[in-house]
Amino acid sequence: MTDRPLTRNIDPARGPLDLAGYVAAGGYEAAREMFRTMQPADVVGVVQKANLRGRGGAGFPAGTKWGLVKQGPGTSPIKYLVVNGDEMEPGTFKDRMLVEGDPHLLIEGVICASYAIQATTAYIFLRGEYLKGEQLLKAAIAEAYAAGFCGPSCFGSGYALDIILHTSGGRYICGEETALINALEGRRANPRAKPPFPAVSGLWGKPTIVNNIETICNVPGIVRLGAEWFLGLSRSTDGGGTKLYGASGRVKRPGTWELPLGVTVREVFEDHAGGMADGYALKCFLPGGASTDFLMPEHLDLAFDYTTIGKAGSRMGTGQLIAVDDKQDIVGVTHNLIAFFAQESCGWCTPCRDGLRRAERILDGMLRNEGILEDVDELKRHAWLLRPGMTFCALAPGAAEPLQSAIKYFRPEFEAWAARRSAGV
Amino acid sequence: MLSAEERAEIEHDLHHYPEKRAACIEAMKIVQRRRGWVPDDAITSIAEMLDMSPAELDGVATFFNQIYRSPVGENVILFCESISCYLLGCNSLRDALCDKLGVGRGETTADGEFTLIPTQCLGCCDHAPAMMVNDALYHDVSIDALDGILSQHRGNGPRRRQGGTP
Ligand SMILES: Cc1cc2nc3c(=O)[nH]c(=O)nc-3n(C[C@H](O)[C@H](O)[C@H](O)COP(=O)(O)O)c2cc1C
Ligand code: SF4
Ligand code: FES
Repeated sequence: MTDRPLTRNIDPARGPLDLAGYVAAGGYEAAREMFRTMQPADVVGVVQKANLRGRGGAGFPAGTKWGLVKQGPGTSPIKYLVVNGDEMEPGTFKDRMLVEGDPHLLIEGVICASYAIQATTAYIFLRGEYLKGEQLLKAAIAEAYAAGFCGPSCFGSGYALDIILHTSGGRYICGEETALINALEGRRANPRAKPPFPAVSGLWGKPTIVNNIETICNVPGIVRLGAEWFLGLSRSTDGGGTKLYGASGRVKRPGTWELPLGVTVREVFEDHAGGMADGYALKCFLPGGASTDFLMPEHLDLAFDYTTIGKAGSRMGTGQLIAVDDKQDIVGVTHNLIAFFAQESCGWCTPCRDGLRRAERILDGMLRNEGILEDVDELKRHAWLLRPGMTFCALAPGAAEPLQSAIKYFRPEFEAWAARRSAGV
Repeated sequence: MLSAEERAEIEHDLHHYPEKRAACIEAMKIVQRRRGWVPDDAITSIAEMLDMSPAELDGVATFFNQIYRSPVGENVILFCESISCYLLGCNSLRDALCDKLGVGRGETTADGEFTLIPTQCLGCCDHAPAMMVNDALYHDVSIDALDGILSQHRGNGPRRRQGGTP
């Protein structure tokens, strides 16, 4: 199945394959074989062995998560799979490519993952702005029902699965899995307390597995070709498979590429994105979306995987790097990022609701030459107040990451802005 | 009051969920597609249909960026202000757009044609700067391209085309 299982069918010039085209390209073979030869626990097992790490940002092993769903007599007969397609992390555009490029791959993944956890219904939660993706998915789901691949008896196996597309009303916090569950239930999308984890009590109190679109799109390949094959795709000991890496900002060729997990950042940035556009140099970059710590040009030779990027003080996140060029002012960039998080805070807890707004005001003041020298330390204090464990969900610590790392690497720039008022600028 | 059409479309969506209220976002979008926004009377009627209190439904409505609880223009511009677009100069592009329209962020033009809503990352960061006008996505937008984009939509809003009431 090639070394690019996620994108092998994607050809923007042709448009996505319909069901017949996808089947002709070998599609739905994984699901068909699975129903013939595998028990649900076998599917969980092979995904565990393949070490498929979640592609939504946190990198939690998918097979391990699926194993948390209790099966057998006395357990809830109703279970849900929820596919997280909220994709609102600024600088991230990989799930859009999968949905628009090969919708049937996602549906085949949904069927395999649902069978593994014995889900009765799968909801695909898609952000509302992805209108083209919505249309393509709707059509693909209808085709899959008509072919008997999902519905009352998937592939004639007797296993029943409903697949339903839900489009969101637009809010970054809906990407957080428990907030997403509240949104799906028709509530304000504040996160829920964990535990209980969704695998125990999620959507309408039933066992629920939430996985990112890219995670789910990896499942058919693993089911069809096995764990060894999947592990062999990766260059990292961190997990198996390929990864949709991307680059945006003022690079020569912004885009998304499917590459072995664990390539160096430089391969993504230089070989694929072509480096910075003429006349620009790389100042720093966010490796995996707005909610990851800045890294510096000296980090370009690191392996782009969870452990290595973690050790360097940041996070792999979504693997879609944002390159900041040398013409940018770091305070302006940080202000843009913090303004995003301040606006998207769900308002549930104080450090996030008020702290982010305060940090945004301070940065705004600095940019208007109204800063004072103490501002820099106050910003640092806010980043500290937003640290993990201080708030109800991971939005706030995510917001703290670019803030704290910007000050760590560029403190003199912040101080220069803060000093402008007293210097009479 | 909901029209018969609106009601039927919402009814259809109820089948997707074990609880009626789960259809509330979709229900509000159904109304909004026809009327441009979600007025109070629709909140009351939808809430009744979905066994919610109007206050609860309004709480959901106000939570989400894409549900409009006050009137918008014939055409809604969603203008991305997030980081990748910022790095490619979306702030000066937005200022140029504001100048052309004679509005500030979040405002509607005097002739009711356009509402400019700053928005978050549209997932089109490889072709920044990006913006949407109604259902159409525009990427790699330059200041020079703005007039062309606006003229495609001026006098040609989705509700006007449907023959509905603006
Ligand atoms: C504020 C916030 C936003 C998030 N947004 C997304 C998102 O848009 N898509 C996504 O897959 N995961 C998102 N996540 C991560 C999810 O909570 C969850 O970990 C993920 O969907 C699990 O899927 P995975 O294990 O397949 O990665 C977000 C988390 C937080 C805290
Ligand atoms: S950290 Fe922020 S987004 Fe998360 S629950 Fe608290 S207020 Fe809401
Ligand atoms: S940042 Fe503008 S589309 Fe992503």
